[in-house]
Amino acid sequence: MNIVLTLLADLQQMWGFSFMRNAFEVGAMNAIVAGVTGYFVVLRRSAFTAHAFSEIGFAGAAAAVLLGGQPILGLLGGSTMGALAIAALGRRATNRDTQIGIVLAFALGLGILFISLYSGYANESYSILFGEIEGVSPFEVELTVVASALVLFTVGVLYRPLLFASLDEDVAEAQGMPMMLLGTAFMVIVAVAVSFAVQVTGVLLIFSLMVTPAATAQYLSRRPQGAIILSATIALMATWVGLLLGWAASYYPPTAKVPISFFITAIVFCLYLAVRGIRLLAPRRLHRLPATA
Amino acid sequence: MTHPRSASETEGETSGLIVARDLAAGYGEKTVWQRASFDFGRGEFVAVIGPNGAGKTTLFRVLLGLQPALSGSVSILGSPPTRGNPRIGYVPQRHSIDSETNVECVELVRLGLSGRRLGFNPFSKRERDAALASLEAVGASDLAHLPLGVLSGGELQRVFLAEALVSDPGILLLDEPLSNLDLKRETDLLHLVNGIVRSRGVTALLIAHNINPLLPHLDKVVYIANGKIATGKPSEVLTSECLSALYGVQVEVLRDPHGNVAIIGVEEHHGDMA
Repeated sequence: MNIVLTLLADLQQMWGFSFMRNAFEVGAMNAIVAGVTGYFVVLRRSAFTAHAFSEIGFAGAAAAVLLGGQPILGLLGGSTMGALAIAALGRRATNRDTQIGIVLAFALGLGILFISLYSGYANESYSILFGEIEGVSPFEVELTVVASALVLFTVGVLYRPLLFASLDEDVAEAQGMPMMLLGTAFMVIVAVAVSFAVQVTGVLLIFSLMVTPAATAQYLSRRPQGAIILSATIALMATWVGLLLGWAASYYPPTAKVPISFFITAIVFCLYLAVRGIRLLAPRRLHRLPATA
Repeated sequence: MTHPRSASETEGETSGLIVARDLAAGYGEKTVWQRASFDFGRGEFVAVIGPNGAGKTTLFRVLLGLQPALSGSVSILGSPPTRGNPRIGYVPQRHSIDSETNVECVELVRLGLSGRRLGFNPFSKRERDAALASLEAVGASDLAHLPLGVLSGGELQRVFLAEALVSDPGILLLDEPLSNLDLKRETDLLHLVNGIVRSRGVTALLIAHNINPLLPHLDKVVYIANGKIATGKPSEVLTSECLSALYGVQVEVLRDPHGNVAIIGVEEHHGDMA
């Protein structure tokens, strides 16, 4: 009983800190946006491209830090430029693993150069690489609200063409859909979603919000709209539970600070394993009804 | 194979649906084929046959408005080809769909109807019912809720056909739907397409490698070879004279007692004696 009361008191205390409230709000928005766009990333097999955006964004963020600007603006600028460049490579460019790998390695290298030139503390690079959701500024909160609304609105408008182009590219193109425009729009949407998700998980752990929840949701629902809602829910729950665990870990011994991004990656990973495990153990008829023809 | 012709035939609807006059097609400077003239009417089943690289898919791309004709004229449903004509159902040549794609078939079929529309209307009952009806029309109702990734080649072709049919098109363009199918599935699919052609009055153009399984159903043949195109009834096109003229070398067309044809004298022949 005492423990429950203490826990409630602790939660109340946690909610009293504006940085924690910001973290829950920004984390929720970014998780939902990442979960929704992540579904299309998984459907289009563009996970590697999404990762490349975050690392090109890292170079941008490091440059912004060096120049005394806002890291988030550098991230947005870097990843959006990367998105436009990859979109300009044209159709099926998302599958050009080699070229994308070459560019992202160079981008990471540039990022390390900028960070090392910056004489300030190395914490900056740590938080960009591994995320520091408790540290978001009021400016970043406002920016996140605007960007999240924009991304969700755009995905809502482009929902059907995007789904069509992702599932059945050849027919969609033959039906006269502007594939180049759609591809570019999608790349920019992913770049923006990635830039903000970096606040939560950092550049290196971006998959935990952009890919794992969507991949898990895809196993749970065969309808795209259902899978998208599930994906966003998983990302949101992982972020919030991760924040709570991170807070708890800093209050209950051992008092060593455990990064929130670790909890998020662990939660989504365990969930993914559980879903895949249940599917593997389940009777085959859950995958497929016996053939009648 | 005989079937009752409707009265509309005498009113001239059996011609003029797809008309080409002295048509040439190719990519940039390179002409793939030229001097093609044909005229297909409503409810005709047409096979497009020819060696690899002869330009069978190029013909489809011209009809779909995906590439312009190099010269000559072509009209489809009374107007020049335009990209995105909803009156044309198209099944491109495909080998498979990623086996990880866990999206139910009815969702793909639905996109054939509304995939180009902006906005968010995922729960539309009308669209979903139309998709289910289209799956039923191709005998694939039992596949409706299965994920695309687990389907066999024949099942996938049915789902693609349902996707092409869902917008109730006047013309069907099917690019090698029979590849990767075994004999039984090949026969089943051809019966299905033939049934759609006859019952809905849809004009179907089907690219195939082997003409023999198609012969019982066909109204016309388009034979593309050597940069030229011969069209007409199977009995007119599949003759030694016609194909010799097309290839420019002596070609023999042999027939077995079952009506199957074998084409002798070209490296790659497109009639296998069954």
